Amino acid sequence: MKIKLTALAVTTALVAPAAIAEEMTIVSWGGAYSKSQLNAYHIPYSEKTGVTILNDDSSSTAVAKLRAMNEAGNITWDVVDVEAAPAMQLCDEGLAMVIDPDTMLAAAPDGTPASEDFGDMLVSECFIPQIVYSTTFGYRTDLVGDTAPTSVCDVFDTAAYPGKRSLFSVPINTMEWALLCDGVAKADIYDALETAEGQDRALAKLDTIKDDVIWVSSGSDTPQLLADGEVIMGATYNGRLFSLIEEQKQPVAMIWDGQVMDLDGWIIPAGLSPERQARALDYIMFATDTQRLADQAKWISYGPARASSAPLVGKHADLGIDMGPHMPTAPENLSRAFLMNYDFWADYRDDLDAKFQAWLAK
Amino acid sequence: MSVSTKNEPMLSADGSPLKQSLARALRRQKVRALLLIAPLLIFVFIAFILPIISMLLRSVENDIVPRTLPETVAALESWDSTTGELPNEQVYAAFASDIQKAAKAKVHTKVGLRLNYEQSGIASLFKKTARKAKKWNIETDGPFKEKLIDVHDGWNKVETWQTLKVHSSNYTSGYFLNAVDMRKTASGAEFQPENKQILIKLFVRTLIMSLVITFSCLLFGYPVAWLLANLPMRKANLLMILVLLPFWTSLLVRTSAWKVMLQQQGVINDVLVSLGLVSDSSRLVMINNEIGTIVAMTHILLPFMILPMYSVMQTIPPSYLRAAKSLGATNVTAFWRVYFPQSVPGIGAGSILVFILAIGYYITPAIVGGTKGIFISNQIAYHILRSLNWGLAAALGTILLVAVLILYWTYDKIVGIDNVKLGG
Repeated sequence: MKIKLTALAVTTALVAPAAIAEEMTIVSWGGAYSKSQLNAYHIPYSEKTGVTILNDDSSSTAVAKLRAMNEAGNITWDVVDVEAAPAMQLCDEGLAMVIDPDTMLAAAPDGTPASEDFGDMLVSECFIPQIVYSTTFGYRTDLVGDTAPTSVCDVFDTAAYPGKRSLFSVPINTMEWALLCDGVAKADIYDALETAEGQDRALAKLDTIKDDVIWVSSGSDTPQLLADGEVIMGATYNGRLFSLIEEQKQPVAMIWDGQVMDLDGWIIPAGLSPERQARALDYIMFATDTQRLADQAKWISYGPARASSAPLVGKHADLGIDMGPHMPTAPENLSRAFLMNYDFWADYRDDLDAKFQAWLAK
Repeated sequence: MSVSTKNEPMLSADGSPLKQSLARALRRQKVRALLLIAPLLIFVFIAFILPIISMLLRSVENDIVPRTLPETVAALESWDSTTGELPNEQVYAAFASDIQKAAKAKVHTKVGLRLNYEQSGIASLFKKTARKAKKWNIETDGPFKEKLIDVHDGWNKVETWQTLKVHSSNYTSGYFLNAVDMRKTASGAEFQPENKQILIKLFVRTLIMSLVITFSCLLFGYPVAWLLANLPMRKANLLMILVLLPFWTSLLVRTSAWKVMLQQQGVINDVLVSLGLVSDSSRLVMINNEIGTIVAMTHILLPFMILPMYSVMQTIPPSYLRAAKSLGATNVTAFWRVYFPQSVPGIGAGSILVFILAIGYYITPAIVGGTKGIFISNQIAYHILRSLNWGLAAALGTILLVAVLILYWTYDKIVGIDNVKLGG
């Protein structure tokens, strides 16, 4: 029996030596974001190659699942959409494949090599950048009174803006905003957060609004709470707010001030069979070229990670509005951004999470 | 017909002693029964018990440290961690060699993360050191003490080496200590600083709230089960459908429906405000706290209470109640002295079922519990899926499992598990 099976395997291998997989599983975040990828990448790629693409909305737990797959020795994913920090972690642990941008990614139309076109966005040697997104605040225009909030610190001003606000129940971003609004300069925030005094200071600042906060865990919570009028302002990803404001026409506006920018992109899991890896690389080459990245912005307001894609960003596919000003990277939005320190959070996440959760439970 | 004498054993048809042949027949039957359930047994063992055991073992496994840093661990053995002095050059050289090998094999971040659970900052210390150490020549580039301290100030701290030494054995109690808000240090186990203590609080909350949920399920479920058992068939069937309908609806749908009901701009608050019972500015807060969790989980677990109680109550003959009344008992006495004691096995079964399900629930608390209504299982899910501290998650899971087993055992001792019935 065994011999027969081996023989079968050998003949199959001989018959189709250079075959590349005809089906692939792509992992992403679901919702409007996956829809934008479907429209901009998956459908054109399937039309071009005939490959069937299966979607799995598991990105939020991708690191845990890739680890488990690696231990089980059975990787079922071909391309995975993750944020920059998890990509770095996967790369460090050898769970993601190292990418050579200049040979594996498409050059810009004018011939600029991919490594230059992506530039600083290539934060890890396994990470293929796709978009720039940000976490920022939206507010109900009809519930905040006559003067609309303009600064991230208005979130902490319960006298001027009474009512509930929603924040993510994690220390990341939340503690930075607290320190920023407690008078710490942007450049000194991570130095302060390394010390116990700085951490206590951030929590003390959050204490002042603790009773007015609804703590949320997913990116879709705040848009829902805003739409229901449960909160007057709240933090979430800028693309979700765009969809709430422009597509669902809710009376909501954005506070770009203090937006925390982050990157999102692809990784290819390490340890794929050669044919699956070839397929994944072929997909990546296609899906991250200049035109495709610019196309994605037709469906969602995240900035393309390639410099050469920026001028090609046009209008929303259905609404016909100009997408440029809605990007976190638009000049007037960018000037008020805050840059997250990945290395700091890689080190202090567990520690601050424990403290933050204990503080929340108090 | 012969009558056997006293010392002569009874014989069966084939001439062998009856006792023996009976035993053989029984044994054969048992083997056949065992063979019949063997596929299931093997399946359960491989697909259920083995994975659980291997997951639970992670709560004590620590071989990543001695495996990745073997020379350092050996060299640290002769270092006295209590003197407050840095280890000697030998230890530093051993570490330089270990970290270089680890960096080449891409395992240095894993061990860094493991130690980072004990002391924040070690993860990046390992990463930075590994980046530099890759280029060193271990034979000729010494001494490494200055070199390492030069790379990062962390190597100049006794604490770092103490952490390494304390957590250098193959097995550790560290995760279990972490699970009860303690930690392992060079001077023994001690409590975490107060502002990091959360897990014991969550264990206690999980127990108390599961009890409250079980009790409120009983309170709401008992009358329904009684009605189901005593109404005429047609009406009882209709009621049964009403009980089962939510049972067949997705858990997420039911939980989200409670969100719509309970939130401040939700149905209940809107009704109360329009009736003038509550002013618009002081709408009730019934979600994202304990109330939300208790209400939603009581609703979701109610069928698990009603169905076992119903099946037990169905077997209680109504004639008993009539007999009690005809003998002069009031309605209350008849119910309390005659009916209720007979329904206890159903209460026991329902309560155990609901309590054990409640104690491990995490989806519903995560959605409607906010920060004050979450359970220990939410922490377990968090450590499995987000922080990736599987050791701590396994330790928390083990404690939860043992707690449930102890409760089950106590229940058996007090009430007796034979008194639990799921039906007829």
